[in-house]
Amino acid sequence: MADNARNTKEIILSRIRAANGDTAATVFAPSPERDWQALPRAYQRKGELGSAERVQLFAERMEDYNASVSHSDEVGLRQAISDALNKRGKEIIVVPNGFPEEFLPLGVRVIHEDGFDAAASAERENVITLCTVAIAATGTVVLQHGVGEGERRLSLLPDYHLCIVRESQIKEAVPEAMDVFANSATRPTTFISGPSATSDIEMTRIKGVHGPRFLDVIIVR
Amino acid sequence: MTVRVADAASAAKFPILANGLVEDSQIRQNVRHATNVIQNKRARVVAEQHDWQQLRESASKIKEHTLQYLDRYLEEFESACIRAGGQVHWAIDADDANRIIVGLMQNAIEKNGWTREVIKVKTMTSDEIGLNHALKAAGIQPHETDLADMIIQLGEDKPSHIVVPALHKNRTQVREIFARKMGLPELGEKPQDLTDAARNYLRDKFEKVKIGFSGANYLIAETGGVCVVESEGNGRMCLTLPEMLITVAGIEKVIPRQQDLEVFLQLLPRSATGERMNPYNTLWTGVHEGDGPREFHIVLLDNGRSSILADKESRQTLHCIRCGACLNACPVYSRTGGHAYGSIYAGPIGAILTPQLQSMKHSQSLPFASSLCGACYEVCPVRINIPDVLLHLRGKVVERQQNSLSRGVSIEAVAMKAAAFIYAHPRLYTLGQKFARVAQKVLVRKGWIHWLPGMLGGWTAVRDVKQLPDEPFREWWAKREAAKRDEPMEKSYGG
Repeated sequence: MADNARNTKEIILSRIRAANGDTAATVFAPSPERDWQALPRAYQRKGELGSAERVQLFAERMEDYNASVSHSDEVGLRQAISDALNKRGKEIIVVPNGFPEEFLPLGVRVIHEDGFDAAASAERENVITLCTVAIAATGTVVLQHGVGEGERRLSLLPDYHLCIVRESQIKEAVPEAMDVFANSATRPTTFISGPSATSDIEMTRIKGVHGPRFLDVIIVR
Repeated sequence: MTVRVADAASAAKFPILANGLVEDSQIRQNVRHATNVIQNKRARVVAEQHDWQQLRESASKIKEHTLQYLDRYLEEFESACIRAGGQVHWAIDADDANRIIVGLMQNAIEKNGWTREVIKVKTMTSDEIGLNHALKAAGIQPHETDLADMIIQLGEDKPSHIVVPALHKNRTQVREIFARKMGLPELGEKPQDLTDAARNYLRDKFEKVKIGFSGANYLIAETGGVCVVESEGNGRMCLTLPEMLITVAGIEKVIPRQQDLEVFLQLLPRSATGERMNPYNTLWTGVHEGDGPREFHIVLLDNGRSSILADKESRQTLHCIRCGACLNACPVYSRTGGHAYGSIYAGPIGAILTPQLQSMKHSQSLPFASSLCGACYEVCPVRINIPDVLLHLRGKVVERQQNSLSRGVSIEAVAMKAAAFIYAHPRLYTLGQKFARVAQKVLVRKGWIHWLPGMLGGWTAVRDVKQLPDEPFREWWAKREAAKRDEPMEKSYGG
């Protein structure tokens, strides 16, 4: 840091300290740690629904924001993926590293993440990913772009995103979902709630601006 | 140091700007429609969140706590961000921030031979410091990528709302701008057509431009992480595709820990757009190997914020998370629209933030641009008591005027001082009332006064005044008390 920059930082910090000068925090032994622990958190941190209701709420909330939801079990997953792609008329799919390929239907052209060329149009079509956690209350899937989730542009550039969510990954409330990745919070993280949208023109919600215009979710028992 | 909030310092006063705007029925109609739609959506999803009040309570306390330890949390953020591969810069004011940002871009462009362009995610802070002017002056072309910001940029307009900056334009007006600026004479005017046009227009910018620029919703001290909340995916494009990313954030945007994010991510989307969650939140920490920009800079901006912190009654202004709920709820804003405020920060929050950032030297009419109805306070997700702050700031404006205007010889100041003296001396007050009762006789018509002389005429120009009663309350009360004393004692003990 140049001297000038260091100086600016010191000026700002000393202005802040002067502004806070006579508050209780500095009169009594200041402890941000202890004060933070004592902050009120009377809001709901854990969900109350049973597992069937939780899964149902997630599906409803997802659909509410224009995502399509289907259900499957482990054995039927390959078929469910095949059905989802057929329904959309998709024959090519980009697959992130670490995605369990045994679930990929035969007859679909697979493009691996390593060979992903952002400029090639075929690869801009469709992508399939796993997720880190899902939130029922808000209809959200969270990706941390790890194994099977792909780097960030992989779930951004294609027009169609198919996301596989296990029932055990669905949490009811935002806080308990965020607890799941508390220890990996510094990984790049994306919350996805429905396909991209805007309401900038007359507050009319339009699906699909720059991100994927279509989002499908398969919930796996 | 010269604090600047876009060009608010040279804007006309609120009543003058508002006067012109309320005449424009198209703007009134557009603003009314948009604010009604968002308000209804917001009400629905807030009702659904049964712990809403507890979330507000926590958010307010987290913000209060953060401000109390702001210096520590900023330093904690700085070291965590640097550890994660980010570079942190501090800017005292708008010019300082622009100098840093333009300098970083110039260097990178020269070193790497990139095109002189930058793709931008919607950021109010960038508008506050007037970054686009500074970029253009340096020969760098900014491309706004948020749909509403594109409408503003291409239409050479100004934002009128914190969240939906182009809500004063309807589809026909947007079509006209896009058709002209994008060279699309056949463009339809359905929102879908307009959105598609924006998508096509920006696609190759996203691919080719090497520098991204954003604001920030939250900076997390504990991890050095930065969070941007958006809808369209333009944010994700700007945050992940370029080689270099520069972010500007006000120093009040820091929150202590990752866990605090769970509070704000529940409050912000429901308050801002009436959604349970906006389509995309991006959270990144420094530089991520093999994913996203290889160089990340963040500019921490003061620009008047530390002086707001020094005022105990109004520092809560810095709690603001820029959701815009107070604009949508405000009966004044919904009639005038945002341009009446002469600031990029409009509505109730703008009325307290804009003058304070400028140390009350400019935009002094804004604290008066409110009926103090309290709707803003009710919807505020971080519980900023805007009416209280407005009143506090009105006091400050009057104080400033008294001090600067010929040191107390302004007629109003003299009248106010005289009134204060009379109110403090009951006998004088009673005498004054008696005098006024006699003096009013020539003005009263059927119990009402329609015209008052001199300066007082300002009051009667738009309203009538009821005549003073023949027997004022104080005289009636004194008589009643005297009568009571004459009654037998035991009666006052009841049965």
